[in-house]
Parts: sequence; C-alpha cells; structure tokens
Amino acid sequence: MPIGLLKYGLARRYPARRQFPPERPLKPVYDIVIIGAGGHGLAAAYYLAKQWGLRNVCVLDKGWIAGGNTGRNTAIVRANYLTPEGVRFYAESVALFRELSQELDFNILYSERGHLTLAHTDAALRTARWRAEVNKHLGVSSELIGVDEIRRLCPVLNLSEEARYPVLGALYHPPGAIARHDAIAWGYARAAADMGVELHQHTEVTGIRRQGDRVVGVETNRGVISCARALQAVAGSSSRLAALAGFRLPIVTVPLQACVSQPLQPFLDPIVVSASLHCYVSQTPRGELVMGGAVDGYPLYQQRSTLDFKETLMSDLLELFPFLSEVKVLRQWAGIADMTPDFSPVMGETPLANYYIDAGWGTWGFKATPVCGKRMAETLATGAVPDLLRPFALQRFDSFRQLGERGAAAVGH
Amino acid sequence: MNRLPEPFGCLIDRSRPVRFRFDGLAYTGLAGDSIASALAANGVRVLSSSFKHRRPRGIYSAAGHEAGVLVQVNQEPSVAADERAIAEGMTVSRHHKGGRWIERFDRFLPVGFYYRAFFRPAFGWRLWEPIIRRRVGHGRVDPGFAGGEHDKLHLHADVAVVGGGPAGLAAALAAAETGAEVVLLHRRPRLGGGLLWGRPDAAGQHGGDLAAQLGAAVLAEPRIRILTAATVTGCFADRWLSAVQGARLIKLRARALVLASGQREQPAVFRNNDLPGVMLGSAAQRLIRLHGVKPGRRAVVATANDAGYGVALDLEEAGVELAGILDLRPGHPPGDLRQAAAHRGLPILQGRAPVAAEGRDAVQAVLHAGLDEAGGERGRLAADLLCLSVGGTPAAELAVQAGATLAYDPDVAGFRLTGLPEGVFAAGAVDRRFTAQAAEADGKAAGREAARAAGFVPQPMHRPTATAATPNHPFPIFPHPEGKDYVDFDHDVTVADVANALTDGFEHIELLKRYTTLAMGPSQGRLSALNAARLLARARNLPVAAVGAPNPRPPFGEECFGHLAGRGHHPVRRSALHPAHQARGAKFMPAGLWLRPAYYGSDAEVAVRAEVMAVHHDVGLIDVSTLGGFDIRGPDAPEFVERFHTGSFRKLAPGRCRYGLVCDVAGSLIDDGMVCRLAPEHFYVTATTGAADGIYRSMLWWQAQWRLDVDITNLTSALAGISVAGPKARDLLAPLTRDLDVSAAGLPFVGIREGHIADIPVRALRTGFVGEVAFELHVPAGMALALWEMLLTAGERLGVRPFGVEAQRILRLQKGHIIIGQDTDANTTPAEAGLALAVAMAKPYFVGRRALEIRAGQPLERRLVGFTLADPLAAPPSECHLVVRQGDIVGRVTSVAHSPVLNQTIGLAYVAPDQAEPGIAFTIKVRAGRLLNAVVTKPPFYDPAGARQA
Repeated sequence: MPIGLLKYGLARRYPARRQFPPERPLKPVYDIVIIGAGGHGLAAAYYLAKQWGLRNVCVLDKGWIAGGNTGRNTAIVRANYLTPEGVRFYAESVALFRELSQELDFNILYSERGHLTLAHTDAALRTARWRAEVNKHLGVSSELIGVDEIRRLCPVLNLSEEARYPVLGALYHPPGAIARHDAIAWGYARAAADMGVELHQHTEVTGIRRQGDRVVGVETNRGVISCARALQAVAGSSSRLAALAGFRLPIVTVPLQACVSQPLQPFLDPIVVSASLHCYVSQTPRGELVMGGAVDGYPLYQQRSTLDFKETLMSDLLELFPFLSEVKVLRQWAGIADMTPDFSPVMGETPLANYYIDAGWGTWGFKATPVCGKRMAETLATGAVPDLLRPFALQRFDSFRQLGERGAAAVGH
Repeated sequence: MNRLPEPFGCLIDRSRPVRFRFDGLAYTGLAGDSIASALAANGVRVLSSSFKHRRPRGIYSAAGHEAGVLVQVNQEPSVAADERAIAEGMTVSRHHKGGRWIERFDRFLPVGFYYRAFFRPAFGWRLWEPIIRRRVGHGRVDPGFAGGEHDKLHLHADVAVVGGGPAGLAAALAAAETGAEVVLLHRRPRLGGGLLWGRPDAAGQHGGDLAAQLGAAVLAEPRIRILTAATVTGCFADRWLSAVQGARLIKLRARALVLASGQREQPAVFRNNDLPGVMLGSAAQRLIRLHGVKPGRRAVVATANDAGYGVALDLEEAGVELAGILDLRPGHPPGDLRQAAAHRGLPILQGRAPVAAEGRDAVQAVLHAGLDEAGGERGRLAADLLCLSVGGTPAAELAVQAGATLAYDPDVAGFRLTGLPEGVFAAGAVDRRFTAQAAEADGKAAGREAARAAGFVPQPMHRPTATAATPNHPFPIFPHPEGKDYVDFDHDVTVADVANALTDGFEHIELLKRYTTLAMGPSQGRLSALNAARLLARARNLPVAAVGAPNPRPPFGEECFGHLAGRGHHPVRRSALHPAHQARGAKFMPAGLWLRPAYYGSDAEVAVRAEVMAVHHDVGLIDVSTLGGFDIRGPDAPEFVERFHTGSFRKLAPGRCRYGLVCDVAGSLIDDGMVCRLAPEHFYVTATTGAADGIYRSMLWWQAQWRLDVDITNLTSALAGISVAGPKARDLLAPLTRDLDVSAAGLPFVGIREGHIADIPVRALRTGFVGEVAFELHVPAGMALALWEMLLTAGERLGVRPFGVEAQRILRLQKGHIIIGQDTDANTTPAEAGLALAVAMAKPYFVGRRALEIRAGQPLERRLVGFTLADPLAAPPSECHLVVRQGDIVGRVTSVAHSPVLNQTIGLAYVAPDQAEPGIAFTIKVRAGRLLNAVVTKPPFYDPAGARQA
C-alpha cells in the first residue's frame, strides 16, 4: 500500500485537497492575463509563478478547466520529430514530463511504453530513418528497426507479408509515453493556484482592448480587466481570438476525432502508429484502447463526431489487429485542431507588442504542454523569446522559413 | 428452475431448449432467452465482478444499461448478458473472478486515488502501473482470433422511426399513412416495447393487447420496413443513423426522424444498492413477462410512482411473496395500480425508503426508514429481491447526439429534451408521455409531423399534453456512513466519492465526471447521470437545472470495430500489365495504391543488376502506367500550363516536350513531369505516380478559381505506359510501326508523336529518365498487354528484358535525375534542388512565384548535390544518413546506389551551400555514429554529354 494513500484510510474526515480554488470576483488589474485554461495556459501560469515570481496572474477560460483539446487528445508524448528545432523542443518536453508527477505532487500516470511508427513503404522507411538519424544526433533515443524487432516489441501486430500494406520496418522511440491528459492540467492548476494565480472558468473573452500596438485590457463576459501583458493559448479558437486582437493567423481549423474502446485486459504495451493506414492506438492503464486517425478533410469550428471517421479508422486498425473485430467502441469525440502550413506550432511574439501567442498546435499540442508553458512563461516574464522558441515565430510565414514537420505527423493530413 | 408458466414469457419458446456454458458449467435455457435470463432461470445471479471493488453484480436493468452484466462470449468481450440471446453451444465466461479483498481497503482507495500516490519514488508508477493494469481491464482478446465477418447495409427513408413501443409504432403508422416510406428500427426482437413487459393497467391485460394490435397494423403496412433487433448506435448530422443488427452495420439517411426511444428507469442510492437481487422494477417485469423467469422468492418494492405497484402486482401474480412496498411518497398518493395493490392486501409502507440492503453475495434483507426529518424507526424486511421504481430519465442519447440538450425540469424532477434539431421529433416516454395511451397519441402526432417535414402533407394533429404526474422522486439518494452506496455501478463511484470530489474542487459536472470517472464507463451514465446531477446540485446548493447532465457520446450500445470496418475495402490498383508481371515472377512493391514490379526474379541483387545492364546494352521494358497523365485542351490551355507549372511553355512547339515542375503556394516542390504539346491548344502533362491524384485535385482546385477556357481530363487509368529503353530500342520498334518514324531525326529527344505500333494507337514520348534512348509509349490501357507481349516477343532476338522500379532508380540516379518526395521534402525550393533553370521567374504569375521571389531574397540554406565516396571501397551510406559539419546537421543523403556500369557508389545529398562545388569533401554520419567522407561530384555520373540519348 503506497504511503500516499494511508492518510485517506486513516483520517476520520476525507482529507480534501482543493484542486481549484472556489470562484471569486475578477480583479480590475493583473500583471498578466492568460486566455485559455487548458494545459498550455495553466502550465504557463505555473512557471510564471514558480520560476519568475509573477503571481498577479489570471487564467481565463470560456468553459471548464481543460475542457478543450487538453481533455480531448490521445495523450501521447514523444520527441521523435523530424526537424532539429522540433526535436530539441520536444526533447525538453519529454524531460519535463518525466519529472512532472513529482513536480506537481500529482500523479499524471506517465507511462513510457515505447512508440512504434510503422513503415509500410520504402518512402516511409526513408522518413523513419531520417527521423531516427536526426533524433540520435540530438541525443533522442530513436531507431529504425526491422520486422523481427517489431514482433518482439508488439507480438500481437499483424506482420504478415500477405497484408495489403505489409509492415517493412518501424521507427522505434523508446521514450514514447502516454499520460493522463486531464491530470496534467489539474496538477498545473492546483500548483499555480497555490502560489496565488487566479483561475476563472466560464469567463469568456469577448474583446481585446488596444492602444496603438499595445494591449491594455481584455473584455470578458464578467467585465473588463486591465493587464500589462497577455498570452493567448486557445487551441481550436486561435484564429478567432487573434481576430479579436486584430491580426490574422495562417491557420486552418479542422476537426480531429478520436475514440476509445471498452476496457480490455492488457495486451498492448507500445503506442502503435501507422501513417499508411492512418491510425494510432495505445492502451490506457484502465484497459481502454485510445485510437485516432487523420484530421477531417474540411475546416470546421465544431466539435462534431462523424460515423465515417470510425468506419475508416476501424477498417485500417483491423488491418493491423484483425483479432479486435468484436471489441466495442465505448465513445467517440472530436476536438478542433489549428493546422499551420508547415505542421509546426506558433509561439512567441505577435504584431502587438505585449500580446503573445501560443497556437497552431494542430494534432501535437498535448505533448508540448510543459515545455511550451515553461518557455512561454520565460517569454512573458522577460519580454524576450528564448532561442528554443525562436524558430517557431509567427513571422516565419512571412518569409516562408517554414519548419517542415509533416513527415513527423503521426498520421496523414 | 425459476421458470414461470404461461402466459408469462412471451419471448421464449418452451419447446426449444438451448444448451450453453457459463464459467465452465453447462446450463440449459430456452430459445428467446438472453444469457442473463437463462442463467436467472437456472438460479445463477452473479454475472460479473465490479470494476474497482470486485463486488458481485447481476441483472440490474435487464436492458443492457450497466457494466455489471458484461461477459465474455467465445472470443467476443464485453457482451451485455441481458441483451444477447443465448445460442446453442455458446461459451460464456466472466471477465474477472475473485479479488474482492480489495473492497475492504476501499478507505485507502478514495476517489482519484491514483492521482495521489504511486509516483514516489520517481519509478513508482513503473512498478505500480502493470499491477493496476492487470486488475482493471474487462474483456479478453485473443490475438490468434482471425476476426469476425461483418457487412453493411445502406438505406434511405422518408421517415425513420427509432423505437418499436406504442409511440414508435403509432408514429410509423401515421407517417406511412401519408405515403411516406418508413423504416422502423427496434432494439428488441419483438415489437411492442414497454407494452410487452410493463403493466399499464390494473388488470395487466391492456399492454399485450395494444402491442398485438399496433404490431399487426405495422406488419400489414407495406410502406413500413421493420428492422427488429437493430440497435441505433448513432445519430449524426442531418439525420444520418448508424444501427447494428447482428453482424451488420446499417447506415440510414432519413428525411425526418422520430425518436421514440422511451425512458429508462433509474436506481435509488443506498448502501449495498448493487447487490445481486437489487434491480429496477422494470427489470423484474422484463424477466417475468418476456422470459418467464421468477426473479426472486420474497420481494420488497421501493417505489415513488404508480408503476411500482404494477411491479408489485406482477410479482405477486408470478408467485413472488411481497415482503413490503416502500412508497417514498408520504400520505395516500392516487393511482389505479396502487388501489389495486391495496385492494389485494399487499403490504404498503407509505413514506418509507430503503436505506440499506443486507447480504454478501445477494440481498437477504432490506433496511428501511421514514423519509421525514426524524427518519422514524428503522425497519427490516427479509427478502431476496428488491425492486426499485423511483423514477426514470429519457432515453435521449440519440437526441443529444443529434444536437438536443437534456435540461432538468424541476416540475417532473427529471431531465427533459429541449432543442431538437430540424427534422427530428421525439415521441412517447422520451418526450414525457408516460402512459400507453398518451404515448400512442403522441407517436401518431409525431409521425405526422415527421411526414410533413419529409415533404408529405398530412392533416396536422394536436399533441397530447405532457403528463403532469411524474414517476420521479426528487432525491432518491440515501447516503450511508459505511458507504457502498453506489451512484455509478460501472466504476463503483459512491456518494462519498462524489462528495469528496466536490470538496477537491471538481465542481463542474464535466470535471466531476472526469475526476470520478462517473458516467465514463460502458453505460456512459445511463443509470448514474441523473443522481450525480442531483448530488452535485445539493452539495453546491444550486438547482439541478443549473448543473446540467454529462454529455452522452456516440455510440449507444454494442458497436464493434468489425461493424464499423465492414468488409474493410483497401483498394489495390493494378496496371493493365499486372498479369504479365506476375507471369514473369515480379516482386511487387506498393506505390500509393498501386502495385509496381520492383524487379523480376527471386534474387534482388542479381535481378536488378541484370535489368540495369540490359537497358545499357540491349533494350528494357518498364511499366510506367502508374504515372499520372492529363489532357489539357482548349483556347486557354497554354495559359493554364503556364500558371500551373513553373517553367515556360508558351513557345514549346507542337510535337515537343519539356520537363515541368510544380510548386505549392509556398514555392516548395510538389511534383515534376513532362509537359508535352500535341497541338497549339492541346497539352499532355504527366505526373509522378504518388502525386498524380493530388495533382489532378490541385488542377481542378486552381481551375475553379481561374475559370480558364480549358478542359482537364485525367487519363491516368485510361492510358497504360510502356517505356522502351536501351540502345536497341529503335531496332525493336521500327519493324512494328508503319506511321511512326522512330529514327533520331523522325522522333528526336524530347519529342512526342502520335501514331501506331502494331496497329495499336500510341503517344510516343522521347524521354531521358534512364539515360539511354527511350520511348515512352502511352497506349489505351485495354491494348497495353497485347503491346507488351508483342514487344517481348519481337525483342527476343535483341535481348529484351523487363525491368522494375529498383533498376529504374539506379538508372535515373546515374543521370542525376531527382525523385520528388525522395530527393526533396516539404520545404525544398527549385533552387535548392538545382532546378532553377526549370523556373521562369520572368513569367508574371505561376503557383508559388510570389513565395519564390521572397525566398530568393534570402540566403540559400542547402544545396542538393551529387556525390561519390572518397574511398570507393567504403561501405555506402544509407538514404537519410545525415551530412554533418562540426557537429551540426547540414543535410542528408537522399539517394544512394551502387552503379553497376560505373562500378562505384553514387548518390545525391543535401549539403551546406558553401560545400556544393564539385570536388569539395564533406562528411556523412553513418551507422553507429561513424563518419564517412564523400566528395561532391557533378551529375550526371553517366554519359554527361548525353550522347547515348541522341
């Protein structure tokens, strides 16, 4: 019996530990306003308070904490990207994730399962080797492996040469992990609130007040707040909020769907991804299979589920795991993903001097939660964009200095 | 046996015994039994162990609404035992057994306990996770199972009706009467819904009579297609339904939709409310009337409505002794059924509620108390059955999926549907019309409304008003200091768990759901959402209406992966020459959806070398049918080609071809091909195999904006292609043609002609991809095989040999030709790839021009160069090995091969721009971090002057 649970069993009264403070009125002025109480916004608030001593900070959300993409993604963490800039960034994220349960005193159920990106074509094999070589060069553990090694790591996979898309090899990334997505947001929220950061749920930003090229305040459904600096971290609504702030983003917003199966006894350890078959799957500690596929092929600001998503996903998934044909879907849902032209995020400065952006996370935002929060906090606190984030500047699209990460996207887009 | 005589058991066939096994023991049920009812008839009550506490669970709803009835059936996990019909020889087992000791430690396992522990020391979770994983998962999968067969049925309807109870049947009839084509989907094997098992009247006769009458009318109506045992699992945008019927997925688009899905009885919450023997009143009635099973010997009924007395009457008639009827309501509430029960002398205890059930593996007694402030004296009733009839909630999943919301209505102390989208109508109990008569009338009205929405013009009809009387008790929750008072059975969430989660700050219903995992189990809150909302509202001192309900998400019911996958078509494209390749022993490789010969023979190295040498010395044939081919015709054809490609083609003479590049708007390379001019207003444009579909889409997308006067025709599948390459290519072709001059003068390099070879019409292109004299013959796909065979026969004396993609890759690399996608990536510009000459920046516009202009103003970051190895005997690098300089990545190898004719390793790589001059050495990081020296070598590596292609 772990020690951490003893107090619950031995206490006469439930030793409650409030994760989120009770509702309170908005103050008229904050040093920093963070728009969006998802993982990214909460992480930024936490590091602002912890590392930079900035505690006159509030985090606003139109819904409930982590109710957007933080609570809708498939909770995969990895650093096996393609561009050196991306690999360095996500490697720091993985390092932070590993320590996060201790850091936040909250178990985020971080489980290193290993991540297999299957290659079914020689083009995919080449991309896998490219990623492996870049990863290794930058100290990230990744390897191109053959079918025998795949069979050892995931014996239940269909590795028949007679398959429609026979598996030829895989990019194996041992640090690939899954975690409990909500717990990360909740953990950051509590740790930030403990240091004095205010969390305001059901507080929708309805306007951004500007003077010249500076932001002076934020209008909400609960009143106007003045602030010295502001950060927007509202995946799925980035372009709409940017429009309120008066600038445009090179973002197309599309639904990204996922589903889980009914819980099964454990049979799948690694995270398995197939780009040719447009699917990825992992098994949670609870036993559910968490599955996703390609983004929907049309722009939409709606978290709408479709039947055809499931049909294509399952048709593909059963190619890899034919024995799952009688397993049942528990539920399906959708998030909305902000896709950038180069499949890399946007972090840092905006056309407004004291308004910062954390956007364009497409299908890879969850896995950046700690590093993005930490480095955006640094940006807000110092006013200077750290080197790690510079390649991700919004301005790169004006000069076409793009960071092509399409090759490292989990599945086709 | 607990089997009741006729007339009980309207679904079972007493003449057809069915043998099956459960947990290793043999049992016999009757045709028409569910697994659970057959086991109940055999006295088996425990079907499963619960998720967290491993407590025994049995039938609760008898309608598939909780995880406690999930069992393993053969290789199928998570089957609702109370829904699945038994079949001869079926092997059923429990997902889990044992482990109930954990229940004693539940004090140490509070809500969200796994967030609070197991992570110190840092490797703690690595130790604990496998232990926890092994304990929790429900069903089992067998990796050796080949998978089941599933298929799909596509249907359309003017009006689809979901639910075959009185409202649904009446709706289907009313809609069909207007002329609408109706599809009626009913989850159960027989029409009638609650009429078959409920007791709408004191005499207990009316339900069956009405079901028979409506059922017969529906069967007699030719415009109604009836699908029974069909569970509607999803209701998507624009009335797009998915339904599961056996191994089939039904996909149905309806002009209008009537949801008559009924209501679902809800449990009361008290200590041990999960014990086998505690069940919903409707569950007891289903067992009795549908399956002829006696659910217990001595029963207590806890009720807050008149229907509970119907349960009591049914139980009495089934020979179950009534220990007491606990009516949560004070005083003397009205009701025909209550009157009948009182008349029969059934023991009614008014204003009393169950506060605990006693028993370890099943109910043995029920403790009850008064509901007033004092609570009154405790009472104890010995019983092995406790039926709960304290309220219901609309079976509204599909409506919510369609866009409606569940709003709490304090007047009925329950949820009510609001905001149904256009064309979707609710009828019957889901719409708060609880009596059979009201449901039937409501269904009739809804059927007409739906028909009207579908374009038919029936007489409008007034809907009956919603019943004022509510079956719901406003707070049927009786927390117990010792716990085990379950709010959510799926995940063993108790009242204390909900209270503790709230003190932990999870105050929004969606946060409460995620933290407690309430409503996140297999039943998605069907039996817990209402009580959870009540608890949350009371704790926060808010009206329940302000709390809302957690959102049920699709699917509803048992939707298997196989249902969704169907027959799982993964299309394969084969060229017209595929049989010939097979006959020659080709080893195929995937190229997009196509299969292409990689090489011919069993030994790759030997075969590829021989194929390459055949092209150099004699003549080879390669199937290039997979290349995209597009005819661009019309007055604006030159303009279209100019805009779409980077190069300049305005002055290209008819009969000539030119290499063409395609960029995206960011100026990155996306494809290359040949742009051939057949006539002043007729271009034939090729695209690479992998990009062809995307290029066609892109052409149409741009044309939709440009609106030029051109026609674009995709000939990719219509034309097959054979490339005849090698010094003897002319010798092979010349005797086979009358109207094509294949001489160097008649068809020069990069020329195109139309003519015939062996009377087969061809477009013949003189191309240079493989570095020898080559004719690309584009021919109608249906004639390609004949041409191929003819060329092979005619070329026998010349040493002709088919060659595959592997040989082609070596041949093209010798010439330094790039493959877009292999030698380029998502950001490569023509300048980086050394293809600046194929870009006509002087043109006013082409796709990507603006971006290229901006990018041209920036320093070049890399260059694609040819290379050879400093040590010719060194092991070659692999494609995508990195080019490094002082620890930095400056590029990568994109192509590498051993050239048999040059007998050396050649390749293409990205290097830093200052390394790009021929003769400069650079370093490649190869296996195990070793460094390999390479030298920039200007391609073509082979025949740089192009003499062999004249």
